[in-house]
Amino acid sequence: MLTSESLKRIDREIAKYPADQKQSAVMAALAIAQEEQGWLPSEAIESVANYLGMAPIAAYEVASFYNMYDLRPVGKYKVSVCTNLPCMLSGGVDAGEYLKQKLGIGYNETTPDGLITLKESECMGACGDAPVVIINNRRMCSWMQPEQIDKLLAELK
Amino acid sequence: MEIEIDGKVAQVPDGSTIMDAAQQLGAYIPHFCYHKKLSIAANCRMCLVQVEKAPKPLPACATPVTNGMKVFTHSELAIKAQKGVMEFLLINHPLDCPICDQGGECQLQDLAVGYGGSASRFQEDKRVVFHKDVGSLISMQEMARCIHCTRCVRFGQEIAGVMELGMASRNMHSEIMTFVGRSVDSELSGNMIDLCPVGALTSKPFRYSARSWELSRRRSISPHDSIGANLTVQIKNNVVMRVLPRDNEEVNECWISDKDRFSYEALNSPARLGKPMVRVDGALREVEWSVALDYVSHALKDVVGSSGADSLASLASPHATLEELYLLQKMTRALGSGSIDFRPRRRDFSTDGKLAGVPWLGLRLSEIKDLDSALVVGSFLRKDHPLFAQRLRQLGKKWGKVSLLSVGGDDPLIRLHAQLTVSPADLPLALAAVVKSAAQLRSEAVPAGLDSVEPCASSQAIAKSLVEGEKSAIFLGNVAEQHPHAAQLHALALELARLTGASCGFIGEAANSVGGYVAKALPTALNAYEMFAQPRKAYVLLGVEPDLDCHNPQQAVAALKAAALVVALTPFSDGAVREYADVLLPITPFSETSGTFVNTEGRAQSFNGVVRPFGDARPAWKVLRVLGNLLNLPGFDQASSEQVRDEIIPSGEGFAGGLSNGLNGVPLALPVTIGGLQRIADVPIHFADALARRAPALQKTRDAAAPTARLSAPTLATLGVTDGAQVRLRQANGEAVLTARVDESVPAGCVRVAAGHASTATLGEMFGAINVERA
Amino acid sequence: MAILGAINPMLSVGLDGDNAWRLADYVKRGGYTALRRILEEKVSQGDVINEVKKSVLRGRGGAGFPTGLKWSFMPRSFPGDKYVVCNSDEGEPGTFKDRDILRYNPHSVIEGMAIAAYAMGAGRGYNYIHGEVWEIYQRFEEALDEARAAGFIGNDLLGSGFSFDLFAHHGYGAYICGEETALLESIEGKKGQPRFKPPFPASFGLYGKPTTINNTETFASIPYIMNLGGESYLEAGKANNGGTKLFSVSGHVNRPGNYEVPLGTPFATLLEMAGGMRAGRKLKACIPGGSSAPVVPAATMMDCTMDYDSISKAGSMLGSGAVIVMDETTCMVKALERLSFFYYEESCGQCTPCREGTSWLYKVVQRIEGGQGRSDDLELLASVTTNIMGRTICALGDAASMPVQSFIKHFRDEFAYHIEHRKCLVPVDVQRAGSGFFTATA
Ligand SMILES: Cc1cc2nc3c(=O)[nH]c(=O)nc-3n(C[C@H](O)[C@H](O)[C@H](O)COP(=O)(O)O)c2cc1C
Ligand code: SF4
Ligand code: FES
Repeated sequence: MLTSESLKRIDREIAKYPADQKQSAVMAALAIAQEEQGWLPSEAIESVANYLGMAPIAAYEVASFYNMYDLRPVGKYKVSVCTNLPCMLSGGVDAGEYLKQKLGIGYNETTPDGLITLKESECMGACGDAPVVIINNRRMCSWMQPEQIDKLLAELK
Repeated sequence: MEIEIDGKVAQVPDGSTIMDAAQQLGAYIPHFCYHKKLSIAANCRMCLVQVEKAPKPLPACATPVTNGMKVFTHSELAIKAQKGVMEFLLINHPLDCPICDQGGECQLQDLAVGYGGSASRFQEDKRVVFHKDVGSLISMQEMARCIHCTRCVRFGQEIAGVMELGMASRNMHSEIMTFVGRSVDSELSGNMIDLCPVGALTSKPFRYSARSWELSRRRSISPHDSIGANLTVQIKNNVVMRVLPRDNEEVNECWISDKDRFSYEALNSPARLGKPMVRVDGALREVEWSVALDYVSHALKDVVGSSGADSLASLASPHATLEELYLLQKMTRALGSGSIDFRPRRRDFSTDGKLAGVPWLGLRLSEIKDLDSALVVGSFLRKDHPLFAQRLRQLGKKWGKVSLLSVGGDDPLIRLHAQLTVSPADLPLALAAVVKSAAQLRSEAVPAGLDSVEPCASSQAIAKSLVEGEKSAIFLGNVAEQHPHAAQLHALALELARLTGASCGFIGEAANSVGGYVAKALPTALNAYEMFAQPRKAYVLLGVEPDLDCHNPQQAVAALKAAALVVALTPFSDGAVREYADVLLPITPFSETSGTFVNTEGRAQSFNGVVRPFGDARPAWKVLRVLGNLLNLPGFDQASSEQVRDEIIPSGEGFAGGLSNGLNGVPLALPVTIGGLQRIADVPIHFADALARRAPALQKTRDAAAPTARLSAPTLATLGVTDGAQVRLRQANGEAVLTARVDESVPAGCVRVAAGHASTATLGEMFGAINVERA
Repeated sequence: MAILGAINPMLSVGLDGDNAWRLADYVKRGGYTALRRILEEKVSQGDVINEVKKSVLRGRGGAGFPTGLKWSFMPRSFPGDKYVVCNSDEGEPGTFKDRDILRYNPHSVIEGMAIAAYAMGAGRGYNYIHGEVWEIYQRFEEALDEARAAGFIGNDLLGSGFSFDLFAHHGYGAYICGEETALLESIEGKKGQPRFKPPFPASFGLYGKPTTINNTETFASIPYIMNLGGESYLEAGKANNGGTKLFSVSGHVNRPGNYEVPLGTPFATLLEMAGGMRAGRKLKACIPGGSSAPVVPAATMMDCTMDYDSISKAGSMLGSGAVIVMDETTCMVKALERLSFFYYEESCGQCTPCREGTSWLYKVVQRIEGGQGRSDDLELLASVTTNIMGRTICALGDAASMPVQSFIKHFRDEFAYHIEHRKCLVPVDVQRAGSGFFTATA
């Protein structure tokens, strides 16, 4: 059920590991599947598992262990904000509250138009740039004061 | 290496852990995740002990012994650590022991008494874990009880070879589960119930039916496959409530198959026959034993008298006990007939009379772990012999080179050295190619008749592994025995063994596949196939269900229906037997009789009945003895099954004598291969015997799905049929309609149609030509 | 400019400009000369390791283990594959230095890994990069392509006969994968659950083969050590604490960011470089080595120099060099609650004390912060932490316990106040002002 484009990308990942260690590519493959589908339905996890020759439950273990995989549908944009202590000291929690208020949703909720899901996240290794926000696991936005958040939301809408 | 534990000194080999040393000394260290057969996880932390000079307590299960190590398992430090762990284990564990199914046999409960605090300091809400539905065998209703020891997960990965359960998520939300919607019913799954130290994984059929302390425990032996797994059968009010493995490292280790575990449900089946029945005016009527036996003895005498002893044939199930098989053959012969057999699925009998001894595995089960290489020929290994496959799985994980020469590409879940999948007709040819490769490797002359054979890379690889292995073995599976050219396969395997120095033997279909030979339940006239191909006037059937158990069920049933007299000794009153039997004699299954099974390695394991017979059912050996008396036959005065056994195997002998797989005068001659579509018949694990067929929980598993006609996509395409379509299957004398399914593991030109099921009982032979067309 | 300030820098020299990360730029800065010299002069493996030993480079990932010594544990004559693995799974709250190293100086890591591989006879390497810094992962892959094209990695490096291939593996959101054996499991395509040791990675590592794991900064320092000589590198720092180190300064300072300073630099100097305290407020406490290190009260901290020994004497750890600065607007209960949530959330879930204990700790601290504390809660917390510490497979259990113990030890009054009065000692509006979120743009 994965597109041939995704499978090609997965093949590139598999090539990084010894020939008998295909399973090493599972994290990358799940990330690619999630990018393709927007989230990770169990069919996608199973396809990845079959493609890599591993038990579906083993792939599910991986998908459910790492935070950035979404096992439930999310909005078009998943906005994750770090609220860990170093960020909190520089406004991470406040930024989260600000986002909640602007979007009218809580953490792990999606705006009614399906556009934005808000998530609270752990340390992203960017504490010097606090508050930090990541869009769809990929794009990191630094120094997110109210004005920058407003700008970001305007851009996403 | 020397280690001192609590003042006691032990010498242990290099690489031992503190836990190993403690077990050697008989010192108990509390533990949950540790299990002798599983890899070390060291995650429960219950086994923390104090080690001299170590600043922290160390887990005994994972800490390697160093020379001169001093360990304290009960020091203040150790006890404090163990109590600390116990407190953590209990904070989220429901305190529902009074209603928990594991109550009384829960390791957590036992240890909590010793290590738990009195009152909980944990005042928060306990973790809530949702229950899961994982099929008919295992209940995962109370997963909040799970202590995350991961034994169940490791069992799947390491022993069963299939990861059915995993621990998803992380932190305290970690949860044992299956992949979305999957059931847990591989052929070994039930062992996870035993492994689970708490009441998280419990037996679904057993659930809530009894408390562990209400049960009495009896020893028994599994009547199913040829391993002869040792069982503990648990009883309440004269009813078998549960079956558990009994440790026997040499036989079943600590495992049993799901069939061994759950087929007991059939013992309490409503289909049990409780009274003798005789057909009167076309209908079966219940009668007293005296009436039934009187009827049978007269009827047998009549047939023999009027049509000659040749008109009588007896067929037994290879699941019958040694004693039953012995008395049946004795009675049949005494009546003058040599048509007696216990191998209903066999087709080729040309080695009869040429065997050097009793065919068997060729080595002891416990020797498998020391093999360097092994070749299995013609077997649906995982499903035919779950525990045997398990041993090969462990071998493959180590250094052993395990190869498979088979007719179905089923994944045995073994790390294979080489695998060759061919059509049944090509099986002798493929084995011959290995023989030829071996001869070439050994620089010996290629055996006559094999010149034209062309070895491929796989056959060469297999031969090489056998030649190079210091200890190697060749195993002939069920397909090799049921094959139309079984004798050639046997001869080729012997030749391969000679060339490579490997042992050679049969895995054996059933609990008494070796025992039947020992009991001499073998034909001197018509064999199991001929007795139906050349219909007889009278038949005596012992525990066998010909419509499901015979090589050609259609032929067997036709002969039975036409016979003047069919006497069926059976524990069950349902099924096709009602259509053709004239007399039904209720006999007891293994749980209600004493007897002996001789397993594949020749081990004679006797057992006693564990409950009283159901209704008026009687042990078959007694029924046969009485019949012998009524028929005025000599040698039927045994007072006990032990006395019967003593006539067969000298008392005190643990193994049957005369074991040998040698052949006298069977020349190598390759069969001509046939063209056209061929049938491959496997006997699905839960259709393989009368008990499994009637065990409701087993019948709800994936393995019990109704048969389909399985073909590779190209083969299906040549027939102009699509996946999912209904097809009509036709053999010489039978036909059936099934759903066609694409299965790429089926060799080209073949259709796989399972035997042993009512929907295919109208078909003919298990192997050979078959016609498939759109229905 | 990647790194906001430096004293006698090495790693962060010449990183101005958008192309500093490119191979050409790195070579212009003297990059790959160390690797080239080692390969061309056929410097012996032992000599490379000795040079690292002489530098007294201590691992920059947290534990501060001497790198040269670690490298010498790798079996010399192992017949099969061996691996070097770089730990760029920077997830320790407060740490963000590896990201800048990879962003601005990725080739220093590649060169360092190639030298390490040569010294230990490893043919393959992986760099495990924190999932959240995706652009960094992509950039590193590009840098790998550059290095491969130039013959610095791949087959037969610079015609020396030595081959080493290097790949990037990304994480996807699990702090525990920073723990080296969890990281190996993760590369193997499993959940990141730490392994029991022994066996150590040097004998049973990635795919069961001998493996050495070092932090990004550790590897990045290697070319500089080789060029400078071990002794000079050591002298750049202080005795037993070789070289310079990147410190990630976060929290209540005016210029949060990375600063490269010689080990042994006074904390006061570092604080000053980071622009001093935000809004001129007073230092209350500092976590000097990432969130897992014990918190140090202001007075003690101001007396410390930034090196492994001094910080250890102050009762904490230099750890990864993440300096979390807290001023008087900080509620220590709230701070601890957030940290405890982190460890509870990030526990891998395999061993009992950590899985159950971290959630228990969090629930109790949360209860105190929420005004539901009980009089014996502080004793309970102390007891639960002792039942966790030293009893788990990896150090996450310790990491979760040390903040709890140190926060309570140094700020007991604040916790007691919280339990008794069911509210913070630091008024909520004061706390709110501390972050500067709503005032920054005004
Ligand atoms: C819970 C935990 C998290 C860790 N996180 C990191 C990390 O993010 N980065 C890192 O380099 N080391 C981390 N470590 C330390 C590593 O296990 C390992 O000691 C280090 O990578 C070795 O490299 P070094 O000797 O160069 O410091 C962590 C350890 C633990 C116990
Ligand atoms: S379900 Fe049972 S066996 Fe499996 S992890 Fe939980 S307690 Fe252990
Ligand atoms: S038995 Fe040793 S940690 Fe579980």
